[in-house]
Parts: sequence; structure tokens; C-alpha cells
Amino acid sequence: MTDLLTRIRFLIAAVAIGWLLAFAATALAQQAGATFDPQADAVNQGTLLREFPRIQGNINQLDPKARVLIQPAGRAWDYFHQVVLRWIGAVAILGTLLTLAVAYYGLGRLRISAGRSGRKILRFKAFERTAHWLTAVSFVVLGITGLNITFGKALLLPLIGPEAFSAFSQYAKYTHNFVSFAFLLGLGLLIAIFIKDNVPDKTDIIWFKQGGGFIKSKHAPARRFNAGEKLVFWASVGAGLAVAASGLLLLFPFYVTNIFGMQIAQVVHAVIAMPFIALILGHVYIGTLGMEGAFEAMWSGHVDYNWAKEHHDLWLEQQLAKNGGGPR
Amino acid sequence: MARMKFLCDADRCIECNACVTACKNEHHVPWGINRRRVVTINDGRPGERSVSMACMHCTDAPCASVCPVNCIFSTDEGVVLHSKDLCIGCGYCFYACPFGAPQYPKVGNFGSRGKMDKCTYCAGGGGPEVPGSIEEYEKYGANRLLRGELPLCAEMCSTKSLLAGDGQIIAQIYKERIIKRGYGSGAWGWITAYREDITV
Repeated sequence: MTDLLTRIRFLIAAVAIGWLLAFAATALAQQAGATFDPQADAVNQGTLLREFPRIQGNINQLDPKARVLIQPAGRAWDYFHQVVLRWIGAVAILGTLLTLAVAYYGLGRLRISAGRSGRKILRFKAFERTAHWLTAVSFVVLGITGLNITFGKALLLPLIGPEAFSAFSQYAKYTHNFVSFAFLLGLGLLIAIFIKDNVPDKTDIIWFKQGGGFIKSKHAPARRFNAGEKLVFWASVGAGLAVAASGLLLLFPFYVTNIFGMQIAQVVHAVIAMPFIALILGHVYIGTLGMEGAFEAMWSGHVDYNWAKEHHDLWLEQQLAKNGGGPR
Repeated sequence: MARMKFLCDADRCIECNACVTACKNEHHVPWGINRRRVVTINDGRPGERSVSMACMHCTDAPCASVCPVNCIFSTDEGVVLHSKDLCIGCGYCFYACPFGAPQYPKVGNFGSRGKMDKCTYCAGGGGPEVPGSIEEYEKYGANRLLRGELPLCAEMCSTKSLLAGDGQIIAQIYKERIIKRGYGSGAWGWITAYREDITV
């Protein structure tokens, strides 16, 4: 009797356990199928890259840069630096030089129409000239050392060999990094000094309509700065500030931005710098070779009366009125 | 001639960081420089994977392309080496590298990064030093490849997750693994580095 009871109890228990096990297994299988298979459903490179252009994760290192596992944008940045930027630079700079050569041999040097009067008037004070030349010298140094990074290995490296070129480039890099502050100071001074004379006004519209002084028969009126000079001023301010901001990001790498931000900073820096150099080449041309009587304004500070009358008539009248005498 | 590549089978990586340690010990690289690192994706969530990453020794290496002094080059075996004598520490290789491989001994403000350092595939350096010499060892680390040995990180890997060797052979090993176990999270970095993928 007890034997039978034991057997029945055993049977019931076995069925119960078996049923429970089967139920549990089904439940587990359902759970796995419905939600997640820890092996086959792992993160996948292709999916991650489709979701976001960088794959990032956690790392047992303090360096946040090291968290980026893969950033295919590096190859795009390489293409920009080696192909796109070189084209931008070559077209902007060689194109400008070619245009200036055409202007020089076509138009020739713009002479003072009435000839020199022999009398001088102060155009730029010593402090203004100092600010200009501080900016100018640092710009040339920054331009050459900067272009070396883009074009040096193609143009200079074959001429002087790898050791000399590396030594030069190393110094050029440090020079670029430190002279940048001189440029910043100069740019700040130029903005502070000249901004009031560069505010666009109605005279500028007339100046453009009259052909900017390039048409001999028409007179183009101007105050201290004509519309062309104002354009150069504002373009330089805009480009200068953009180059300064992106340059500071490059100078303190990864302080405020990640790898993508660093690439963008370099792109902005270079894409702005190339046409900036082209613009300043034009500025240098018109201030030296291109126009008689222009260079002395920034060199000695004084210009000839007839030059002033021809190019900045309204400014000359104003200056003479301020000094007590009318136009003589 | 073999085309040397790395392949990290992330489904096997247990994030033990032995590859990182082996590399540091083999080459005696200074503090702060990690030629190899292990990044964990989706850390702590289901399906997390860890990937051991160093220089992948890319085809058409972008670092070599952007280097303004041409100090980085590929050897006949596809190993990307560089000359610390010529490096000016501009940091461009780091911007171009898809894998964050280039390392610099200093912080880097005002361009003072020092000479770039990176994984050499345990193949010495790209400078004028005699291969296998003590001068080369001090500047770039061991030259195992010269002795017929593969990179120590892969050789030490306890789960054989990290594979080093001829590209075709390690790709074949990975393919067989995918077929046998039925899944694979991908040959991490291969499309970007070698412009090819391993699929079955």
C-alpha cells in the first residue's frame, strides 16, 4: 500500500517537474527569440557606421580621443587636404598672379594724372603705419609657413632634400604658431583704427557707378577710403577673424572640440587662408607696382596733393578744412 | 610577398587588454603612449563588443598622404612605417587616421607634440637606423618581423581574437569562424583600411 502510494507520489512529482522544465525552456526560448540573442545580435560595424559616421565606445584610458574607434572621415579629410585644397590654393593664388600680370602689362602702372605737385599731406600716422606693417609682416610670414604645409613637399622638398626640408618645416611650424599672435594684435589694431573710416555710405555707390577710377573720363569720389578699399578692409576683417578662430582651435588641439571639429577647423583655416592670400596679393599690387604714389602713403605716411585729389578728393577737402585752409 | 594586416574578431575579444600590455612591454613605450587600445562599444548593454585597435597599416594610408614632410610610407609588405628624424609633430596624421593610431609624447599646445609614435607592426622603424639594431629599438621598439615573428599583441591574444599576418590567410580564418559559429560582428575597420570586407 505504502509502496503504491510512493510510486504515485513519484509519478506526480516527475510529471510536475517535467512540465515545469518544459514550460521554463519554452519561456526562455520565447524570451530569446522575441528580444535578444546575445551572440548573433551583437553590435555590428556596418550598422553602426550607417547610423553615425564615427564608431565610439568606452575605453580604460583617460584620453577622450582614444574613445573613437573608427572615423572614416579621416580619408575624406585626406582627400580634401591633398586634392581639393591644392586646387583651391593653386587656382586662387596663380589665378590672382596671372590677373595681376595681365593688369600690369595691359593697363600698366596707374600714374598720377596731373603729375606730382611736390606738396605732401599726411595720410597715415606713425601708429597707424606701425599697426599696418605689424599685420603685413606677420601675414607674409604666416602665409609662407602656412603654404609650406600644403605645397612644400611638392615644391621645396625635391629642391633641398628631406632632412633640410624637415628642419625648415619644423621651424616654419613654430614660427607659424607664435607669429599668429602678432597677426592677431595687428588685426585687432587695424580694426580699431580704421573701422570708422570703412563704414559703407552713398559715396561708395557712386564710386562703383563711376567705374572705381579705372575709367579715365569719369571721376570716382571717395572719402578716406574708397569702396574698393572698404571691400578689402571688410574681407580682411572677416577672413582674419575666421582664420584666427580656426587657428586657435588648431593651436590648442582637442581642448574644445573632437576629431571632427579639428578636421573642420583645419578645413575652414585653409579654405579661408587661400583666397585671403590672393586678396592680399591684389592689395600689395595696387599699393606698390599698380599705382604711382600709393606706396608712400603707408611707407612715409605722406601722399602727394595731386594723388589725394585724384583718389580721395572728399577726404582731402575734409583734411584741408580741418587744418584751417581751403583747397589751394 | 605577404600583405600584412590586422583583424580583430570582436566576438572573441574579452577586453583583457593583454594586447595593450604586451605592446607596451615589448616596445617600452613611454607613459601616455598606447600604440594599441581596446574600445568597448555598447559597454554594459546587451550585445556589447570590444575591439582591439592599433594602426591598421592601411592601403593608400591617409596619414602618409597628408604628412607635410613625407615621413610616412608603406613597406613592400604593406606595413606603414615612419621616420622620427623627419617628423615635425604637426599632428595631421592623427586627423587623417581613421583609427586614432598616431600617438604623441607631449600635450601638444602650440604644436609641441614631439615626434609621432605608432604601431610599427613590430617591424622596427622607418628611419635610417640599421634594421634590428639597438638604435632602432630605442627609437621605435622591437623588430620582430625581421626575426620572422608576428606582432606580439596578436601572438599573445589568449582567445585568438586578434589576428595578424597575411591578409588573405587571416581573412580565411575569420570566414571559417563565421561559417562555423553562424555569426560575426564584422571585420572591424577593414572597409576603411583596406577597401574590402570579409563576408560569407
